Amino acid sequence: MKIILFIIQKEFKQIFRNKGMLPIIFILPILQLVILSNAATFEVKNIKFSYIDNDKTSFSRELIDKFNASPYFNVLTDFNTEKEASSAMLSGEVDVVLEIPQYFEKTLLKDKRASLSVNINAIDGAAAGVENVYINQVVQSFNKNARAELMQTQIIENATMGSQVKSIESIPSFWYNETLNYKTFMVPGILVLLVTMITLFLSGMNIVREKEIGTLEQINVTPIKKHQFIIGKLFPFWIIGFGLLTIGLILAKVIFNVPMLGSMLVIYLYTGVFIMVILGMGFFISNFTDTQQQAMFIAWFFIVIFILMSGLFTPIESMPQWAQYLTEFNPIKYFVEVMRMVLLKGATLTDILPQFLKTLLYAIVMNGLALWSYRKRN
Amino acid sequence: MKRFIGFVKKEFYHIFRDKRSLFILFGMPIAQIMLFGFAITNEINNVEIAIFDKSKDATTQEIINKITASKYFSTNQLIENENEIESVFKKGFVKAVLIFEKDFSKKLVKENKATIQIITDATDPNTANTVTNFINSIVQKYQQEVNKDIAIAYQIIPQTRMVYNPELKSVFMFVPGVMTIILMLVSAMMTSISITREKELGTMEILLVSPLKPFQVIIGKVFPYIFLSIINAIIIIVLSIFIFNMPVQGSLFLLGLESVLFIINALSLGILISTISKTQQTAMMISLMGLMLPVILLSGFIFPVSSMPVALQVISNIIPAKWFIIILKAIMLKGVGILFIWKETLILLGMTLFFMVLSIKKYKIRLE
Repeated sequence: MKIILFIIQKEFKQIFRNKGMLPIIFILPILQLVILSNAATFEVKNIKFSYIDNDKTSFSRELIDKFNASPYFNVLTDFNTEKEASSAMLSGEVDVVLEIPQYFEKTLLKDKRASLSVNINAIDGAAAGVENVYINQVVQSFNKNARAELMQTQIIENATMGSQVKSIESIPSFWYNETLNYKTFMVPGILVLLVTMITLFLSGMNIVREKEIGTLEQINVTPIKKHQFIIGKLFPFWIIGFGLLTIGLILAKVIFNVPMLGSMLVIYLYTGVFIMVILGMGFFISNFTDTQQQAMFIAWFFIVIFILMSGLFTPIESMPQWAQYLTEFNPIKYFVEVMRMVLLKGATLTDILPQFLKTLLYAIVMNGLALWSYRKRN
Repeated sequence: MKRFIGFVKKEFYHIFRDKRSLFILFGMPIAQIMLFGFAITNEINNVEIAIFDKSKDATTQEIINKITASKYFSTNQLIENENEIESVFKKGFVKAVLIFEKDFSKKLVKENKATIQIITDATDPNTANTVTNFINSIVQKYQQEVNKDIAIAYQIIPQTRMVYNPELKSVFMFVPGVMTIILMLVSAMMTSISITREKELGTMEILLVSPLKPFQVIIGKVFPYIFLSIINAIIIIVLSIFIFNMPVQGSLFLLGLESVLFIINALSLGILISTISKTQQTAMMISLMGLMLPVILLSGFIFPVSSMPVALQVISNIIPAKWFIIILKAIMLKGVGILFIWKETLILLGMTLFFMVLSIKKYKIRLE
């Protein structure tokens, strides 16, 4: 026990002695949490909207006004020709071009129907889909008003028509997050990423650094036992992980007002096991590499995969089946799920039991492997 | 010049001798682009929904069938009372619950009106919103079918054309992004490490007292990585064309030039990082911790920049990756020439020069 304490003391000293590292460990992640959480939103707003009005009547201008009034659209400019419009779209100045055909109003009156052509820059397919929905909504509501007006002025053959239309109304309600606030969703997730990155990088580099500098040999000839060494090495990072999580949670509450419905005890209990997984992983990487460079490349490889396949930014259900199986091996996925479930939905330990047990199993396997692969001799 | 060539040779030896790093260097980007190209999509598919049908009649069954028939949803849960909703959400698999009111068919026939309640788990606002929209449109369609005998007068029909990506493939969005991230991080990380490594091992001292000029040392260090990164870029571009069917509408040559520019940009950023950090550890933490999330989040790779708060839109301008993603999409998908992207190119060029000048200024030829 005493030996472990000494190693821990040594590690802490080394961490706090390196003045270049301290801001990277503590300030950089916090800064990123506070700033970047604002960036992560799939909401589609400020759509770069432009139009070609070939009709040039008060009717067509009314339609444009509708777009102007909508909070989603930024009506930037109008074009005279299609060519101008498509060149503006090529250069990325506009994303939506609405073209109102000539005799738009007249056609509507005469044929009882008229069409508009809409071009949407669809490189971001998901956003384009949403933009399309918004455009349809604006046109529909304009259509409805126009119809009502036209019906008043002209006597319709089928006056009772309106009452025959069967309508199915759907009432949406958004639970746990009525205002669809992205930050409550993203902040816990990004906090998870930061805690994971810091602990994985630090633990991954730690032992290989001693190897590279040659001090590992010195430790190997001391009577320190394998498990003592590993515990002593990893414990400080465990503490750092907790420290980061705590600061992050406080900021999440104070700055972003993230609801915290569930018990903090569950979060900390789970985090404790989770960091064990990551530290075991870092240690394992450390054992299999000769230089810090190699260790970092491998850590980087896994972290990018873990981040992008965690379900934080893109939904896991949409992935192909084989990729969904792969995500079962992604510890970040479980952590993100647990954070969301506990903080936002108030899940209890029983609710998160599957995630908890999987993570625990993962921790045991990872640390077992790390212990097995660490040899005191070269 | 001869000395310089000798130095570059040494660097190549260093790199090729370390087989493991080399394997990682080329294997990882390939593995990543394959994995992400197939797996990452922000489309909504197979969302699990639960159904609470208080009416259980022919109409509700028909609507349920319509919903399950779509590829967006899978339903395998039926709920019998209100309390269950909370518990299915807490388990986390079900993202939405559909509630049909009592006597749905009857009301629809008698009062011409019936309601469906869509409750979504909005902890993920994006999925919640999209699911609601999709269910809405399925219900709307059904409603139109029911009403098909009644023609609606004065209809305005928007005819939408999805330009550049008619099938709304999300690969078009993610492949350029993944390519950018891989090039940026690999290049910046590699150079920053290779220079600080010499510092840490003490061999930098030897290089400094050699007749090589400091800028020759730096260029010599970076040169092999330019070469390696270009190979990496070629591999990624080939993969994205042949495996993910990314079109290259514009000129392949221009694409190549822009990629080289971006690689040099990332490498010079790596040099800058190495001049301000003393140990490999610091250099790596800056290039990984400092670059990873900002590049992923602010570059427009996943989240559209135009929807961000204004302050962040301004900050996003200093992320080189943002400009490269714009360039990539413009050349590959829109097929434009340099006339349309000269601004972005100039910005990248300017940033590169800035990083270089700053690193030369910061580069210390003396050890402390």
